[in-house]
Amino acid sequence: MNEPTPALAPDPATTRRAFLRRSLEAGAAIAATGGLAAWLWNRHPPGTLGRGAPASLMPDFSVRDAGAKMAIVTGADRVRTLRRALDAMGGIGRFIKPGDRVLLKVNAAFAAPAILSATTNPELAAELVRLCHAAGASAVLVTDNPINDPESCFALSGIGAAASAAGATVVLPRPGDFAPLTLPGGRLIRNWPVLHEPFRGVTKLIGVAPVKHHARAGASMTIKNWYGLLGGRRNQFHQDINGIIVELSQLVRPTFVVLDGTMSMLTNGPTGGSLADLKPTHTLVVSTDPVAADSFGATLLGRTSRDLPYLARAAQLGGGTTDYESLRPARDDVS
Amino acid sequence: MKISTARRLAQIFFFSVFLWLVLVASVGTGWTQWRGWPIAWFLQLDPLAAVGTALTTHSLHPGLAWALVTIVLTILFGRVFCGFACPFGAIHQFVGWLGRHVRRPKDKMAANAYRPAQSIKYYLLAAMLGAAALSVGNAFVGALQTGLLDPIPLVHRSFNLVVLPAADLAAGSRFPGGRYATGAALIGGVFLATVLLNLWMPRFYCRFVCPLGALLGLFARRSPWGIGKTGAKCIECGLCDVDCEGACNPMGPIRTSECLMCMNCLDTCPGSKPLAYLPRPSQGGEITDYGVTRRGFLAAAVGGLAVAPLARIGGARTGWSPALIRPPGSVAEEEFLARCIKCCECVRVCPTNVLQPATTEHGWGALWTPALNNRMGTSGCQLNCIACGQACPTGAIRPLTLGEKEGRGDFASAGPVRIGLAGVDRGRCLPWAMERPCIVCQENCPVTPKAIYVSEIVQTVRDGVYEVDSADGANLRLRNARLSPGQYASGDYECKLAGDDRGRAILANTGDTLTVDTASSPPGQVAPGSAAEVQIRLQRPVVDPALCIGCGVCEHECPMNGLRAIRVTADNETRDPGHAILLAPGVAGNRSLSPT
Repeated sequence: MNEPTPALAPDPATTRRAFLRRSLEAGAAIAATGGLAAWLWNRHPPGTLGRGAPASLMPDFSVRDAGAKMAIVTGADRVRTLRRALDAMGGIGRFIKPGDRVLLKVNAAFAAPAILSATTNPELAAELVRLCHAAGASAVLVTDNPINDPESCFALSGIGAAASAAGATVVLPRPGDFAPLTLPGGRLIRNWPVLHEPFRGVTKLIGVAPVKHHARAGASMTIKNWYGLLGGRRNQFHQDINGIIVELSQLVRPTFVVLDGTMSMLTNGPTGGSLADLKPTHTLVVSTDPVAADSFGATLLGRTSRDLPYLARAAQLGGGTTDYESLRPARDDVS
Repeated sequence: MKISTARRLAQIFFFSVFLWLVLVASVGTGWTQWRGWPIAWFLQLDPLAAVGTALTTHSLHPGLAWALVTIVLTILFGRVFCGFACPFGAIHQFVGWLGRHVRRPKDKMAANAYRPAQSIKYYLLAAMLGAAALSVGNAFVGALQTGLLDPIPLVHRSFNLVVLPAADLAAGSRFPGGRYATGAALIGGVFLATVLLNLWMPRFYCRFVCPLGALLGLFARRSPWGIGKTGAKCIECGLCDVDCEGACNPMGPIRTSECLMCMNCLDTCPGSKPLAYLPRPSQGGEITDYGVTRRGFLAAAVGGLAVAPLARIGGARTGWSPALIRPPGSVAEEEFLARCIKCCECVRVCPTNVLQPATTEHGWGALWTPALNNRMGTSGCQLNCIACGQACPTGAIRPLTLGEKEGRGDFASAGPVRIGLAGVDRGRCLPWAMERPCIVCQENCPVTPKAIYVSEIVQTVRDGVYEVDSADGANLRLRNARLSPGQYASGDYECKLAGDDRGRAILANTGDTLTVDTASSPPGQVAPGSAAEVQIRLQRPVVDPALCIGCGVCEHECPMNGLRAIRVTADNETRDPGHAILLAPGVAGNRSLSPT
């Protein structure tokens, strides 16, 4: 049976059996090929995509019953001004509840030492971490998607070591940590990669940023700080810098923001690089309204909210108020 | 303990040390980071690196004095480095063992017989050292190409740029964004080929190719100790060949320069043990030539000698590649090529991964030498970083201090180390060529004061001249306008009315109406029919060559994704005065560079 069938004198019986077997084999091969093709069938080949994947939304992290609150405290010691400002707003316990998972968005954009104030001050970040833990937070995460090399940024700025020592988890963004996000009604943030992974399970969001000059945007403060949540080729947004900052103010609703004007960068921003670029303005702001915080911050740079077009537009769209005095900010001094 | 067991333990030990030193070679102070580990130790132990650079530079770079240890041990005890210490050799021996343990002794003996082709490595060495040797005053600097095949740089390069990044990629642990190396396929291909050839013939690379092995063979030629015959009766069974790594014919007369000191023959030799490690000469005779003919040796050396002058005629000096950006602290190009052994330690330690192994884009001689690729990596050459110069074992990149790199303290008058100069491509730059705001490059320039400043211009946009139909306070209705709502509301646009000397900021617009800012100056009467020009205020980047250090952050961040609109070239680099472009260095416009 297993011997090769002579080509010229086929045994009819054997041929029929062999033919049937071959037919079965062929049928199986055809079925397998067809099945594989059906399994791989692409219902959405390139060119017929819709308006992009369904967008995920960033939750609103604000605390409803806290209302719009703001505190402005003068003094050179960031730990003391921060504590006093939070006390003036009713204590951090009004915002951070036991069991909260807190994400702290620092500005770690550049691989520069803390003394140059191009990045969030590490002691300030660490104190925020400690206060959150003291208020009962189950975990505090610290993150940013910096401009320079991420590892170097968190190392040289001192934020990484200070935050870890205070008990926070420092999250360096990886390529897979971003997810496409669309701002409802947005024009720029459409299906754009936004830092996603560190937000998993997060219940409260705090932004903490220094006051810096910025040639394109006028100033970089707490709202511009959300730029560090963007991924992809985000530099394109410089073509409409006011537009992107306005959209960020709509996208991100933080629990509160901390604007650090202890040292303000007046020139050569946002990188700085020299102590000559800095001016001791010895003021720290905590606010539930980032527009109000930044409107006040503009005055530390010798400007007003009118000089920063994005502030009025953000306010118009419900992001807050440029008239920060209307919030009756608590004022104090610990110098 | 058998001597071959000791040899195996030594190989495991030295390979582990090697693996540790390449693993920790990343900037940081943790104990699993660079910290103070002597990451270049194996490279410093490499006599070929020492001899090669000594030939090209007529000097011995301090760390390379370690090579004397290897040389002295080899002169006394034979090629013990190959058998006991070489990490590349350990890989070959292990893979060869994996590949051959299924074969019969007869086949193994045949595979381990001496072959005349083992002399090829000596010709390679002659050619490489010949090329290195031709350093005649200022006319020629010898070409150091030993790094192409020198096993120590080769194994470092392969692990630094291919093996570990692949492991990183798989494990996803050490570098958040992964590590990349241009031309990794070639580097990895060479490594894989050399390793897999062991499956065909044990220690293929060591026997036929390794120029370091050839060099050590020269030193081992008349070593006082070595494998040899004691004079006890030898039945010439040939079993000593079964596991012979060097294919050196221990049954005698032994080829002393080929013996890798694996000591396996001492184990497989039966009976009255006529083989031993002993003071030589061997009672079975020795062959101390290398299988090299005088004619062939001369041909190889002369061929090598021709490399440097040929490169010179090829225009290496006058036709230098402006796209070749060397890391900060690099010496001038000719001396750089005379020192660089292509180990890629600098590429490995670069925290931003901007430092890449060159392929052939900067000439064949520059293959696998370090060059910046600003489109790769995370953010150009980092201002506060001097890692590459500290990692370089041969002085091709000088170990800078931060003060020297940034031009502070004692170096204030010299200014910062410039590795190149950024230039704006005004035909591609968004604000220069395409009427769109940007200045990402200016924002990211880390120098203070910024080497990129802006020149501001207000210009009328395309089709931006209208007639006013009617005016109602801040709202100007335009005739025949078909605007898209919000088109001019970004904060970058202004409306200049007839009679005004400057425009008013446009706050919003609908299909035919502009809302302008009236707070700063209330509008006068705007007559219907009068002209209204929509203008854009553009900040355009300009580079100050006296301040630019060529770090390339601007090029990395430029949103022109493919060919960047601002690019760094090697012009004005500090390392070669011949590349300077400024009349009065150290003066930035009307500013002095050294702050008082």
